[in-house]
Amino acid sequence: MEYPKDLKYTKNDEWIRVEGKQATAGITDYAQDQLSDIVFVEVVAAVGESVAQGSACATVESVKAAAEVYMPAGGKIAAVNEALPTTPELVNKEPYGGAWMVRFELTNPKELDGLMDAAAYEKYCQERTH
Amino acid sequence: MAYIPHTERDRQAMLAAIGVPTLDSLYSSVPADVRFPDLDLPEPLSEMEVMAELQALAEANVDTRHYASFLGAGAYNHFIPSVVDHILRRNEFYTAYTPYQPEISQGTLQATFEYQSLICALTGMDVSNASHYDGATALAEAVTLALAHHRGKRKTLLMSPSVHPHYRQVVRTYMQGMDVTIHGDESCCTGPDDLVRRLDDQTAMVAVQYPDFFGHIVDFTAWAEAAHAAGALLCVVVNPLALGLLKPPSTFGADVVVGEGQSLGIPLSFGGPYLGLFTTKNEYVRKMAGRLVGETLDSRGQRGYVLTLTPREQHIRREKATSNICTNVGLMALASAVYLSVMGKQGLRQVAELCYHKAHYAADAIGRLPRYKIWNSGPFFHEFVVECPKPVADINEILLEQEIVGGYDLGADYAELKNHMLIAVTEMNTQEEIDGLVSALEEASHD
Repeated sequence: MEYPKDLKYTKNDEWIRVEGKQATAGITDYAQDQLSDIVFVEVVAAVGESVAQGSACATVESVKAAAEVYMPAGGKIAAVNEALPTTPELVNKEPYGGAWMVRFELTNPKELDGLMDAAAYEKYCQERTH
Repeated sequence: MAYIPHTERDRQAMLAAIGVPTLDSLYSSVPADVRFPDLDLPEPLSEMEVMAELQALAEANVDTRHYASFLGAGAYNHFIPSVVDHILRRNEFYTAYTPYQPEISQGTLQATFEYQSLICALTGMDVSNASHYDGATALAEAVTLALAHHRGKRKTLLMSPSVHPHYRQVVRTYMQGMDVTIHGDESCCTGPDDLVRRLDDQTAMVAVQYPDFFGHIVDFTAWAEAAHAAGALLCVVVNPLALGLLKPPSTFGADVVVGEGQSLGIPLSFGGPYLGLFTTKNEYVRKMAGRLVGETLDSRGQRGYVLTLTPREQHIRREKATSNICTNVGLMALASAVYLSVMGKQGLRQVAELCYHKAHYAADAIGRLPRYKIWNSGPFFHEFVVECPKPVADINEILLEQEIVGGYDLGADYAELKNHMLIAVTEMNTQEEIDGLVSALEEASHD
């Protein structure tokens, strides 16, 4: 299980990568592992739209379950990953890379303060597996 | 053991919790004299006497076996090969419900899969669900799909006035309280161009019918292009039997094709149970209500059938479901699948051709009657509108005396079409029957 050090994490298993005011988000390795084979991804947030922290930005369905993906922080959507609807399996293969879901401009960087770092998130995941 | 789950103590506890002294006091707002009215029922009868009485009641009905019927308007009198009923009544199939562990009933799933495949072939669309209740509810589900597709950002529906009036009513019922604006069908004769002009960035879907309620065959390609240019979906309501002859709506670029499947091997039966056809493109499949059966291979490489998409409203993401409908009409879907298999491509085309030619024979003859006029201007399939010299109800009464069930009175649904009768002709109408109708209409026109 991977927990990249440069990311921040939510309790709902989303990750966020921040570069200045720009942010990228997706779901974690732990999340894709729990969901198993992803068969469908729909990014519901549209480019140009402002989405609040905790609002749904995507829907992920696997052979086992369906889950909503929530914004780890609020922001104005700059891009959505167009590759996911046709290649949902990317979420299983590259959860932190090719399977990014939304790119956005942070509304309020202070919102990041409530998120976990890699160590805290790893601990959080381990607690749930045991 | 009594099959009543509540004990006296349970009942007392529940009554105490809501502060009501007795069960009867819950009914106190119903006036005492109507609470247990004297029903004044006749004395009990033996089974034999009941049968005789019910038989007599049934014989008071007018039926299509004894009367020539020219009534259509969404429900049509077609020939049903006897094999349809034979297969339906096999006890393996004679239940309308998918079992709760569906994969254990491979036969049921295969029947649904075959049905879906046939409906896709007929409409030219990518996917068909396992069916809805009827054409009207299928159209309402198409609206739900369109709203979900636009994620609630477009809340307007443009509906052609030549979509079946009952279907439009059902859509309005479904959409109550959902803040959806439905327009376009204010007058009977809104032309296609008028409707297209009303498209805007709020239009979620445009709904049209093919052949339309007045029987017209319209090429909706331009409508589809206009709808798509405005970002809206196009839904086409079809009579599947006509598709034996006509170009499938997929060729217009339809996004959703729905329709009433009754014309495919299902009897008139006083209005139901009927069959709601629902098909769409692959890209909208996850917005589709109901179930979808798929074919796959099992762990031993053998062919098997599964519920590929189970109704999410039932199992997963219930709180996000856009439709609460997961029931389908399995037995009726099977009937149509058997009908289509028996008729085959050529057979279906022959039935459609017979309907078309007989309807045109009838329209020609009626159009030559001095006081009647054919209202349709464009090509039509097996239904057409006749402008009558007097109220349709009066004419139908005269026809009924001659054992003819006349056409549908359009005045009830379209104020502008008072004294206009919608006449349907199918392969079941013989030339004698049509000639009989023509002379009966002629007679009925005299004062």
